[in-house]
This record gives sequence, structure tokens and C-alpha cells, in this order.
Amino acid sequence: MTVLVALPFLLPLLGAAVTLLISRWPRVQRAASLLTLAAVTANAGLLLAETADGTVISSQAGGWPAPLGITLVADPLSALLVLVSSVVLLIVLLYAIGQDVGGLSRGNPDVFHPVYLVLTAGVGLSFVAGDLFNLFVGFEVTLTASYALITQAPTRERTRASMIYTVVSLISSILFLTGIALVYAATGTVNMADIADRLATVPGDLRNVLGLFFLVVFGIKAAVVPMHFWLPDSYPIAITRISAIFAALLTKVAVYAIIRTQTLLFSRDDITDVLLVFAIVTMLVGILGALVQDDVNRVLSFALVSHIGYMIFGLGLVGVPGGHDDAGVAGLTGVIVYLVHHIVVQATLFLVAGLIRQYVGNTSLRSIRGLASVSPALALFFFLPAMSLAGLPPMSGFVAKLALFQAGLEQGGPLAYAGVAAGVATSVLTLIAIFRIWVRGFWGTPSQAIVAAQSALSSGTGRFGIRWMTATTGLMVATGIAVALLAGPLTEIGTVAARELISGEAYRTAVMSDSVVAP
Amino acid sequence: MNTPALVLVITVGVLYGTGFYLLVQRSLMRVVLGILLLGHGSNLALLLTDGGAALPPLLGDAGEGRIADPLPHAMILTAIVITFGVTTFLLALAYRVWLGDENDEVPDDIEDRRIGALAEPEDSA
Repeated sequence: MTVLVALPFLLPLLGAAVTLLISRWPRVQRAASLLTLAAVTANAGLLLAETADGTVISSQAGGWPAPLGITLVADPLSALLVLVSSVVLLIVLLYAIGQDVGGLSRGNPDVFHPVYLVLTAGVGLSFVAGDLFNLFVGFEVTLTASYALITQAPTRERTRASMIYTVVSLISSILFLTGIALVYAATGTVNMADIADRLATVPGDLRNVLGLFFLVVFGIKAAVVPMHFWLPDSYPIAITRISAIFAALLTKVAVYAIIRTQTLLFSRDDITDVLLVFAIVTMLVGILGALVQDDVNRVLSFALVSHIGYMIFGLGLVGVPGGHDDAGVAGLTGVIVYLVHHIVVQATLFLVAGLIRQYVGNTSLRSIRGLASVSPALALFFFLPAMSLAGLPPMSGFVAKLALFQAGLEQGGPLAYAGVAAGVATSVLTLIAIFRIWVRGFWGTPSQAIVAAQSALSSGTGRFGIRWMTATTGLMVATGIAVALLAGPLTEIGTVAARELISGEAYRTAVMSDSVVAP
Repeated sequence: MNTPALVLVITVGVLYGTGFYLLVQRSLMRVVLGILLLGHGSNLALLLTDGGAALPPLLGDAGEGRIADPLPHAMILTAIVITFGVTTFLLALAYRVWLGDENDEVPDDIEDRRIGALAEPEDSA
């Protein structure tokens, strides 16, 4: 059973090697790529089934005992995120294949498939890594793959944007490495379960400094304001499928790392207030940025920044001095539900933006008009996830936001109330940002150019491709609806995961005794 | 436990300082050099955690507990490989930027300027 923990990154790495070798046969390569991701998804499903009740599975790669060896751990949070990310990766792969088959892509499939699978491996490794250094390696694998992906179909702007992205990511990686050195100097270990035990003997101030250091490191990667400037400049420039995956997953991996380090390692310290302030600023600055943009991709990117704030807010509710533990659990549960909801919804919206680009040639709000009459399906597929992003009932965004707001009100305190107020305001502003896209882009009469593009797409060789892409976008929308329908079980798993994150008991026992620990 | 060598500590400080200074330069080549220096700085910082100066890296005759901690060395090796690979990529990318624009300066944020220009007429109206 412990092999399940290693497969989220072993399988895609193997798949990457295979797809690289068979890149001369595009059909076989696509099939191998799909097969690999289907296997990863199935494995993630099994992993979640094993851990959903709070069981923690750990495995020592290489056979060295716990604090020294390479530890892999799966708890409910890791398993859930591995599952959601592999589902999203699979659907985006389907979208990309449709685009390639229909001849609508400017990317290079020889590079795309192997590198995409390496990215999958990196994301998987980040979620199951049991020590800080492996988390670093997981991040690096993901980022190196992302550097290659963001430079696909290079143009002048894209190369410039990739440069920003690469340099900023590298800076945060170097800071991460420095943080590891500091933690190792303070505790003599990099195993997270072991650090959690040994940090108890470290002076409180030093612990806070280390906690803040890691907050900055992962804050850069998660685009927490004021460390977000790189994101709206780089994500919208990449080709669609890449922006969709980046927006859905990369920032969330960093949010996962923030959750892991701030609960397991630096819990119940004085950092919670800082988290709440960061959260409020992130929500408001992000969405105000989104309101003034006039490009769909850039609006979505700023909205992404803003909604990272919700997750930080929920995390900030944990361990408020003098607060209720129940509210902490509720807040963290809200974060977990929000993570799942946001991964799916953000990916869907970027896929829709990709379809808009197929019809119009760009995503500027100046040039798109009347898309609803050109493609009603496209309008529907934009409308549903957009409403979910704004948090209207009965979509998944509503469930997640409600959970967070309830936790905030239960926790009380000026900062928690301010956070709830900022959250409500951000929801309303998100709705306005989305209506700007809706009114300008989907209503009205389409221009001559758009109608011409549409008839070209519906008659030429691209017809199959555009239908396939629309269908896979529909699949992603359906996944988003499934998240809303499954909100009950999802919240249950989230609660189990949150309790376990806050106590940290099962995690530590599982890692240190190298075994499976049932709740 | 031996204390870390002061020279090494100062070197780490200098590397970080110059690295961050180079990062805020306009020329991409300097930015790449800055990243390189920062990479070296963080590797040396890791080296500082191996137990102290003058400890041999191999057991030899030194006896139990008298060798440098091998774990940071292993981590540094991994980190060096990663930094090396990524630096190569960065150099290629900087070259691509130079090919495209025939200079390697980081431009002003054009999008930001454009948004700013959009706001101005409304202010004056």
C-alpha cells in the first residue's frame, strides 16, 4: 500500500521518459501521455480512498530510517490535492490534444508532452514530500518544467515575460534554500515531522523569524500581495493550456506549502495576525487590479491573486491567540474546500479564455464582442465558473466562501471581522469584474472579423479541434459542478484533514515510526 | 561543536549583498550574474550548517563525531546541479531576449503605463 505514495511522481516521470523516446509517432505519444495521466489519476483516487478517514501513510524511499531518509507522506490533504490536480491536468491534456489534432496550436508537441508530465511529477512530489529539502526538489522539478512550458511558441513578449517569471521563481527558490539552511542550523534536521518536534526547544523569536521567512518564500510563489507583481505579467502571456495549468496548480502548490509549514512547523505562534493582514490586502489589491484591466487573461490573473487571499485568510484563523480551536478547524476546512474549488474553476476560466482567443485572435476586451451569439456553449461555459468564482449560490465558490466567513465570524476579533468584510467586498467586486467581461465580450453584435473567424473555424480543418476543445472545457465545467454537488463529502474530508493538520499527531507518528497510522 | 568559520559567514553576506544588488540592475546579464552569486551564497550558507570549520568530510582516523555532517553536503550537491541547469536556461533566455530586441535591458512595465494613461482622462474630466 505504501507504494501508492511514491507513484504520484514515479509514474509521470516514467511517462515523461517514454513520451520523449516515442516523440516521432505523435499518436502513440498522445496515447502514452493520456494513459500516464489516467494512471496517475486512478492512483490518486486509491490514495484518497485509503486516507479519507484520516489515515496517514508514510514511506521511506531508499530504506533509510525516518529523520535521515527521503520521507514520503500522504495524509488526507495531500491525497485530496493530488487527486484534484491530476484530474485537472488530465482534462487540460485532453484540451491540448484536441488543439494539436485540430492544428490550432502554436506549441511544439514534442516538447509539450514530456515536459507536461515532468510538471505533473513535480506537483505530485511537492504534495507528498515529507521533508523540506524534498519539497524544494519538488518545487524545482515543477518550476524547471514550467520554464520550458512558458517559453513554448516564443515571441518577443513571451520571451520577456518568461524572463520575469524565471527570475522571480529563482529568487524565491534561492530564498527557500537559505531557509532550509537556517532551519537545519537551528534544528539539525530537514524532516518536517522531526522539525516539528525539535522546534519546541528553539527560542520562540527564532521560530517566528523562520516562520516568516518561509511565509515570504512561499508567498512569492503563491503571489500573495505585495509579492504578486510577477504573476499578472507572466501568466497571461503563455499559451492557453499552459496558463490554465499554471493558474490552477502552481500557486496552489505554494498555498499547500504555506499550509503545511504554518500548521505543522510554526503553528500557534504570533504569525496569525500577519497572515490575516496579508490575506485582507491580497484580496482587495488583487480584485481592484482586476477591475481596471481590459484583457480577459489579465482580469483572470488579478482575480487569481485576489482569491489566494481567501485561502490565506482561512489559514490565519488557525491558532488566533485566545481563539476557538473549533473555529480554526472550520477555517482550515474552508481553505481546503476553497483550494479544490479554485483549482477547478480557475482552470476552466483560462480554458474559456483560450477558446476566445481561437475565435478572436486575442483576448482584449476591446476586440471581443457578441461571443454569446457566435458560440452559446462558450457563453455558458464562461458564465457557470465565473458565477462560482464570484461565490453565488449554489456554486462551489459559495460553499467555500460561506465556510470561510462562518469560521471568521465564529473566531471573532477585529482582524477576523475585517477579513470577512474584505471577503464579502471582494466577492462583490469579483462579480463586477466578471460582468465587465460578460457585457463587453459576450453581449452585443459580433464584429465582422469574429463572424468570419467563426465561419472559418466551423468549416475548415479546425472544426474538429474547436469542437473537441469546447467539449473538454465543458468537461471541466462539469467537474466544477461536481465539486459543488460533492460539497458534503468534500467538507467531511476537509474537516478530517484540518483536524489532523492542527494536531499533527498522526503525521508525526506515521513518519517517525515509518508506518500507516489510522486515526 | 566547532563554531563556523567567520570568513565563510562574511563571504555569504558579501555574496548575498552583491547578488541582490545585481538583481535590481537593468541589464539582464547582470541579473543572471546576480542569480549566480545568490546561488553560491545559499550553497555556502548550507555549508555553514555542517558542524563547523576544519572538520574532515571523511571518517578516516578522526573518530566518531569528529567528521563534518554529510547531509548538508548532499543537499548542496543537489542544489548546485539545479542552479547549474537553471542558469544555463537563463543564459539561453537572455540571449533570446537580446536576439529579439538587440538589447538586454529590462523595459518599463508597458501594461502598467497603459493602464495609467487610461485613468488620466477620467481624472481631468
